[in-house]
Parts: sequence; structure tokens; C-alpha cells
Amino acid sequence: MVPNSTTKKQTPQEAGDDDISMSRPPASHQQPIGEEDASMADVEEEYEEGDEDDEEVAEEETQRVRLLPGSSPNAASFEFLDEGHTLGNALRYIIMKNPDVEFCAYAIPHPSEAKMNVRIQTYEGTTAIQALEKGLRDIQDLCDVVTDKFLDAKLQFLEDAKA
Amino acid sequence: MPRKPSQAELEQRNIVGIEAEVVTNVTSTDYPLNYPGEDHSWDIDQFRDNLRIKFHQNDPLEASFSLIGVDASIANAFRRIMIADIPTLAVETVFINNNTSVIQDEVLSHRLGLIPFRGGRDGLHKFLKWWKKPTDGSSTEGTHFDYNTVLLSLNVACTHNENADEDETDPTKLYNHAHVYAKDIVYEPIGRQTKYFSGEDAIAPVNPDILIAKLRPGQEIDLTMHMYKGVGSDHAKFSPVATASYRLLPTITLLQPILGNDAKKFAKCFPPGVIGLETVTRKEAAKKGSGYEGHEGELKAVVKDTMKDTVSRECLRHAEFKDTVKLGRRRDHFIFSIESTGQWDSDAIFLESIAHMKEKCRRLEVQVVNMVR
Repeated sequence: MVPNSTTKKQTPQEAGDDDISMSRPPASHQQPIGEEDASMADVEEEYEEGDEDDEEVAEEETQRVRLLPGSSPNAASFEFLDEGHTLGNALRYIIMKNPDVEFCAYAIPHPSEAKMNVRIQTYEGTTAIQALEKGLRDIQDLCDVVTDKFLDAKLQFLEDAKA
Repeated sequence: MPRKPSQAELEQRNIVGIEAEVVTNVTSTDYPLNYPGEDHSWDIDQFRDNLRIKFHQNDPLEASFSLIGVDASIANAFRRIMIADIPTLAVETVFINNNTSVIQDEVLSHRLGLIPFRGGRDGLHKFLKWWKKPTDGSSTEGTHFDYNTVLLSLNVACTHNENADEDETDPTKLYNHAHVYAKDIVYEPIGRQTKYFSGEDAIAPVNPDILIAKLRPGQEIDLTMHMYKGVGSDHAKFSPVATASYRLLPTITLLQPILGNDAKKFAKCFPPGVIGLETVTRKEAAKKGSGYEGHEGELKAVVKDTMKDTVSRECLRHAEFKDTVKLGRRRDHFIFSIESTGQWDSDAIFLESIAHMKEKCRRLEVQVVNMVR
């Protein structure tokens, strides 16, 4: 459906009475104009509802992290769906920065599967899951710091340009 | 008591060595327990103190800045997010009513998809949402709304120009609409889009002079297009950047003085401005062990601006310089260069990539808690 289009539109039949290939309905789903107007009337309400739905959906997204079998409290492998090198390498770095972590590495087992595995082994005193949580929190703190500094640098550059 | 490494040692660890045939010291080693007695654990305050950002250029379509004091894994994450994960609006569906030009429907559609568009920032980034194609293969009817679909049309027909000179040979003068440009695309606002995309903020091609097709009299193109939001990992047309890249700051260290004609030759091994030529002062010549003794008034090579260096390694090809110079790159000094396609300001793309990274981690933190529950 072309939303609320006011352009002159030919139905496939009109366009090609003399053209056999054009008389087939196109893959699009163009409707007579009258029906469109009706559907656009509901849009306002539907949108407001849809907006709330979107946020709920965001909270209840499908579980993308899984504990792989064979784990113990101090040594575990995690499987992340729909993540790649972007998060994998950054997470590996920040978890390796944790002094309670003995070993951390990430891998993408197969390039055509959208999966990323993280292996964490810790010393006594913390667990692999805690180390993973701390890593994710540390990246968020890092992001805040970089944002602040970036905005400062931007202002500084503006001032320098004026001076 | 933690051991404190000397400044020189820290400096050495921070430099990737570049030799004639090999690159050495590539991986970062600043992890806990890597160096006995040293503490390299994550410390946000220390990170804040060490982090420096300095802009070199900040134009709407091009920004360049130095990000100093982060690891490659973090800098690379930001770069990857900028290219592949930040949403923009692009032509995704083309409904061709009539196309009698020589360019085929599918080629024309592909070209239309690649045209970058701009529009009101508020509308693009906040008002517009994703359009989700039904996954069960059912009709997309009733899924298009003003907040997820932008409607464009292109309708041009080529005709003879009656006013052209008789001996005219230039097709653009001989015919009307011989060339179809991006500026011929018409935006058709629907619903609340008029509020966000009117006047200056209307959705329009970033560059109006992009050539889409060529026509001859009697040929015409008549089509409508749907634009949706998408990300670069799906198709490069959705990427907000033309390029987003970084390079490491080069270092050039002179181990011995380079004097006279050698200095001139040395400077020629680098792009202009990297190596400067200065005269040896009386004071330097008087100093014992400086290597300048008895060379007062001669030219000497000094490192001026390594930022301009391309690290061509040309100087390492000359026997006289091979052992007098050490090339390298600073491991934690990233010179970012971001070129926007027009839907975001170039500096906003970087900020958005940081926000994106944070949001990604926040969501995954929730997921990890759920996993344990």
C-alpha cells in the first residue's frame, strides 16, 4: 500500500490493456484510493499504541545470552546471539582488565552463524558470571567518560576556532 | 608495593615498531599479572585521567579527531558501529509504473537505493521508526505508516526542445530532460511528516546533481519509491558514513644527528612538513656528546609533525639512514576520520556510536541477569 498517496495512479488494468505482461498485478499491493483514506484515519490511534508496544517489546526481547554446557562457577563459556567482533573484542579486553580473571577469550565459531562465544575463567573470590556482568558495566562507564570528553573537545575546538 | 615502570619503559611498550620488512610489538600488554608487580586492572578514574580527545577538523560532512588513551578493541568497536549499526533512511522499494529508458528496472532501482538523502534531524532520528516486513510472507498491506515509510516519486519524460538551434549537437540542449538527476525526485509528505520535514528540513538528495539515467525523446521514467530505516550491516546504502576509519599516530625517532646534505635527503624521504631543517646553533655545537660538535651553522634534520607522515618507510631503503632512525606508531593514539553521507552530522555519528555501544551493553546486562534467574 502506498500511504495516502495523492499522485495520479493507474491501476495495472488501466495501464496496460494492450500489454499482456502489465495486466498481471504487480508484486506491490496498491489499493484503490478510497480504501487508503480509511486506513490512514486509524493511523493516529494505532501509532500511539504502537509506540508503547515497541517499548514493551524492547524490554521483553528474546534471550540472546546462553550459558554453554560444561561450566563451573569459576569457568564458563557464554554464547551470544547476533553479536560479533564489535562487542566480542571490546568485552574480551575489559574482562581481561579485571584482576580476578585468569583467562578470557572470544570466538566466532563459524562465520555464517550469527553467534559469538566468550570464555571466562576466574580465580577464587569471583565467578565467571560476575566477571561478565562487571565487564558489561565497565563498558557502560567507559562510554560515559568518552562521551563527556568528546563533548568537551568539541566545545574546545569551537572556542579555538573563534579565537 | 607495586612496581612502577620507568617512563621510558612505558613509552617503549606504547609503540608499535615499524621496520623495513616487519611490524613488531603489535599486541597491547597492559593487562593485570602480565608484568610482575604492576597493577593494570581496570580503573575508570585512571581511564578518565589518561583519555584525551582533540579535534583537527569538524565540518558537517567531515570530522577528524585524535582519540588518545584507549585500547584498539574499544576504538575498533566504535568504528565498526559507525559503519554497520547506525540507522539511516534509504530507498528500499521501487514501484515502477513505466520505464522505457535504456537502463533496466533492476539497475535503475539499485541506483536509486544508493542515493544519499538528508532531512530534518528530529524527524529522521526520533520520529521515524523501523518498518518491519512481515516475516511469514503475508502481505505488507497495512504496515506502512507516516512514522515508518517515506514516499518519493520520480516522473520524467524526455521530449524534443523546439527552441534548440538547428545545428545543435548537445543532447542536453537538443532535448528536454535528456538527463535525469537526483533533484528530479519529488518527496511526498504524508501524515505528521509535514511537521518534521518541511521547508529546509524536507527530505531531499544530499547532492542534487547525481545522474540517475539518460533519456531520449519518447522515453520516460515513472515510478514511486518507499524509503525505510535500515542499518549498514544489512546493506551499505544504509551506512551513515562514506568512510569511518582511524590510523595510529606515526612516530619518528632520530637515534643520531643527521646533518648537511644528508638532512636534505632525509627530509625528502617524507611528505612535506614532517621533517624540518634547522641550523646547528653555537650552544648545541659546544655541547659535548650531542653529536653536533664542530658542526655549527650546518643544517640538521628535526622531526616537525609526524601527523603528516604516511609511514612510507622510504628512509629505511637508504643505507645511511637505516640505523639512524626508528619508525613506529603510537599504540593508543587513534586519528579518526569520519565522512558523513549527510543524514547525520559527522561528529554526531561518533557520539551515536558510543550511545549505541552503551545501549548494547545495558541490554546484554539485563540478559545475563535473566540467564541466571
